[in-house]
Amino acid sequence: MNFTLSVSGGLIVAIGGALPGIAIGLIGAKAMEAIGRNPEASGRIVPNMILAMAFAEAIAIYSLIFAFLK
Amino acid sequence: MASSGPETILAISGLKVTNTLLATLVVDLVIVLLVVVIRRRLSLVPGKLQAAAEGIVGYLHTTTEQVAGARTTMIFPWVAVFFIYIALSNLIGLFPGFGTVGFFRAEGFVPILRVSTSDLNVTLALALVSVVAANALAIRSNGLGGHLKRFFSLSPLLLFVGILELVQEVTKLVTFSFRLYGNISAGEVVLGTMSALAAFVVPIPFLAFEILVGLVQGLVFALLTMAFMTILTEPHHKEEHSR
Repeated sequence: MNFTLSVSGGLIVAIGGALPGIAIGLIGAKAMEAIGRNPEASGRIVPNMILAMAFAEAIAIYSLIFAFLK
Repeated sequence: MASSGPETILAISGLKVTNTLLATLVVDLVIVLLVVVIRRRLSLVPGKLQAAAEGIVGYLHTTTEQVAGARTTMIFPWVAVFFIYIALSNLIGLFPGFGTVGFFRAEGFVPILRVSTSDLNVTLALALVSVVAANALAIRSNGLGGHLKRFFSLSPLLLFVGILELVQEVTKLVTFSFRLYGNISAGEVVLGTMSALAAFVVPIPFLAFEILVGLVQGLVFALLTMAFMTILTEPHHKEEHSR
């Protein structure tokens, strides 16, 4: 095996993954807060939470693709 | 242990039989067997297996009902199929023998079975099915004209929104497939690295985490399919008239 040193892929995922990570954390925190206030609404909150998380996660997935491609 | 694409095991007149294809067949076999066994022992007082199946299907059905409302019967089968297939495929992939039993070839070790969702072809196929089915359901419930009105419009603002929606259909394909593929194959890499580091005890928490990830990814795929189908099949005629 020959190894070539490359940091760009790691950097792309590190930066492109950190911010969506914060976003998903905020979405999850707010959703938990909402469920805590109104537990009966959890059935309606959870699918919307996952939808919002998916939109935030999409950005991390783009950076993953770029890290693979670079 | 994990590589970017599936390895071809043998080729039958042009049809490449890859290890992920074999794993898909195993998952299909397990699903069919489960259906047969549960159907045969159907009773009013459910056994363990029937209770589990009822719990999963019931949860998915109530969640779909809360989101989709009257269109539940149309959307629920897709949601249930995606969840059952993806979650079972991810979980079966954690069993011993997957990715470890194989043979050596010139290019290196080739496992006979590999988690099917760690292959981009499989996840892209699932994403294609999801997106095409969502659009087909939308055409069936809104009519072709009503569905096209979502993307094309004469008013400039709605046209811009329509173009964004059109882009989103392509984006869905990319995110659906890469989310599942990325999560599962990254899990494979982590498990492989940890098992190489220390064969005993150390990989156990990661295995537990992978069980969670597998279930959650199946649920995410199913819930996203449900949400997108609900959004696309929404009748938007009332809105037009009120404007």
